[in-house]
Amino acid sequence: MATTLTPVLSAFWDDRKSWTLETYERNGGYSALRTALAMDPADLVTLVKDSGLRGRGGAGFPTGLKWSFLPKPVVGPRYFVVNADESEPGTCKDVPLMMATPQFLIEGVIITSYAIGCHKAFIYVRGEVVHVYRRLLAAVEEARAKGYLGDNILGTGYDLDIVVHAGAGAYICGEETALLDSLEGRRGQPRLKPPFPAVAGLYARPTVVNNVESIASVPSIVSNGADWFKSMGTERSTGYGFFSLSGHVTRPGQYEAPLGITLRELLDMAGGVRGGHELKFWTPGGSSTPLFTSEHLDTPLDFESVGAAGSMLGTRALQIFDETTCVVRAVLRWTEFYKHESCGKCTPCREGTYWLVQVLKRLEEGNGSEADLDKLLDICDNILGRSFCALGDGATSPITSSIKYFRDEYVAHLTNGGCPFDPVRSTLFEGANA
Amino acid sequence: MPITDQAREQLVTDAQAIIARYPVPRSALLPMLHLVQSEEGYVSPDGIAFCAQMLDLTTAEVAAVATFYTQYKRHPNGTYTVGVCTNTLCAIMGGDEIFTALEEHLGIGHDETTADGAITLEKVECNAACDYAPVMMVNWEFFDNQTPGTAREVVDRLRSGEAVAPTRGASKVCSFKEVSRVLAGFNDGRADEGVGAGTASARGTALARQKGWTAPAAGSGATPSSDGKEG
Ligand SMILES: Cc1cc2nc3c(=O)[nH]c(=O)nc-3n(C[C@H](O)[C@H](O)[C@H](O)COP(=O)(O)O)c2cc1C
Ligand code: SF4
Ligand code: FES
Repeated sequence: MATTLTPVLSAFWDDRKSWTLETYERNGGYSALRTALAMDPADLVTLVKDSGLRGRGGAGFPTGLKWSFLPKPVVGPRYFVVNADESEPGTCKDVPLMMATPQFLIEGVIITSYAIGCHKAFIYVRGEVVHVYRRLLAAVEEARAKGYLGDNILGTGYDLDIVVHAGAGAYICGEETALLDSLEGRRGQPRLKPPFPAVAGLYARPTVVNNVESIASVPSIVSNGADWFKSMGTERSTGYGFFSLSGHVTRPGQYEAPLGITLRELLDMAGGVRGGHELKFWTPGGSSTPLFTSEHLDTPLDFESVGAAGSMLGTRALQIFDETTCVVRAVLRWTEFYKHESCGKCTPCREGTYWLVQVLKRLEEGNGSEADLDKLLDICDNILGRSFCALGDGATSPITSSIKYFRDEYVAHLTNGGCPFDPVRSTLFEGANA
Repeated sequence: MPITDQAREQLVTDAQAIIARYPVPRSALLPMLHLVQSEEGYVSPDGIAFCAQMLDLTTAEVAAVATFYTQYKRHPNGTYTVGVCTNTLCAIMGGDEIFTALEEHLGIGHDETTADGAITLEKVECNAACDYAPVMMVNWEFFDNQTPGTAREVVDRLRSGEAVAPTRGASKVCSFKEVSRVLAGFNDGRADEGVGAGTASARGTALARQKGWTAPAAGSGATPSSDGKEG
């Protein structure tokens, strides 16, 4: 049977007022919370473990297992923090989810907080999406007015407060320990691990950090069971997730499907690569995941298969580029992004990204030499695995993978004395209306 | 522009409300920097001193934080920050052309403000809206699927004082100061304005409806939905 879409979180995004609590409850919202509050918290952790849910923030760490790492409650608070910083280039799923149906996240936060014994949760949302922030503030207010938040939730004696906190523009704050420093009112720089947040996180207290989509998926698991969740996806990459198609595709957008669907199937649903053009390269999971080409159209988009094919599932941010696109230009721009966003804490990333930009610029302008390609790979070698956090590693992905698949195109810039592509042909308007 | 006594009184009240949200006062610093921008239109030396005083930090500690984040402005900002996404995907889909068109049209470059104080032009990084590329943000509201022509029209209308609606967001773009106040955590009551999911966001939803595709029903733990499923 061919794979079909399985809308859960996006099931009623076409509702006129999809974001309100009223709409959410009309579609079954908050029944999971009632079920959860009647359960032993430890059983909730087991349920999420059994479902096989893996973190949707990029790394794919099993969610229930992460929760179980918290030490047994002693005295003092423990915290739950939602990572809503969504800034990895290409990633555009959490923002529409919070805009269209923020209550999925709020209900997920309450269930998760109850499961891990937390009474104060934070949602750290990037500051550059003000309407999303408004919707989250309103969602918390609505939930509180209904008795889903605050003291003695639904008469169970459980108390929880949620603070929605806006960041201020820094990609690195998506890295979970940098996020915690930022939430403590500091520069967002990653922390040395261990200790992991489960042991010493926010204010040095036991803390769980999870992605928006991971947590928004929790109510559906509580309502429908672990087996239901596992009936979607593959054996080790269970459940559904957003696949975000962008770029040179006829109908870009959010497609919620079982993990393991292929790009060929998704492109079919999205009307294919834009008319008259063909697929050249794509990112399976954002710019920090090595590029794929048309060779990989049938690679199942699950953690294992994408890994085996030399990339990473990441955030399922499928950025599609057709044959009009210059890969060197694309990679230079991503590299400038990493240079700009490097927090400066460690030398390989801070200095390495600077030099990568210099060398790539020279190559793009046709002024370099073939030896520069080896220099790029050499610098990447010195960043990958030697950086303090995964930002540095991610910066090398577009470079090494593009040289692997498109070395000739780099060389063409040298023989051509500059870029052989016409950038206008890649635009949506191709010069019209300019 | 020094903070007036009256403004200061309000700032103190608001800052106290922010501090009360957190178990540890210092966590209030980022929202408080948004708050001082809502008063002065940027983070001034006075604003830094204010945060330092309220949180019992040194001005050096506050300045170190303020300079780390791109949304905090070190010079008076225009009424509208117009940010064109020039990260790879948007750039290639036309963001570069849009940015150049606005530079020429406004006569300013990245991080500069028009003489009338209306527009600050910026290149911005991926704003989590790639399915609407090329994307432009005005005071952090979404203007999707732009062209050089539509972008010029938006800035012209903003400069002439018209109310301008984003594609997905509040029914009109608020001023930089107003938006900064929202980012400090003070809801302006506009959450119910605008669309839920935009057209691109809801494409999967629409296709599933048309084809009758749904997630398996509850309790149907055995229904395989994908070829990759084993057992
Ligand atoms: C540079 C960098 C940026 C990241 N950005 C995000 C982000 O915006 N959102 C997110 O959920 N995770 C992001 N992550 C991953 C987080 O560190 C963390 O793994 C994740 O929030 C855990 O949630 P999950 O287990 O539910 O996926 C980022 C990681 C790095 C290294
Ligand atoms: S790898 Fe880059 S972003 Fe991460 S700690 Fe080092 S300098 Fe900072
Ligand atoms: S690349 Fe422009 S919004 Fe993502």
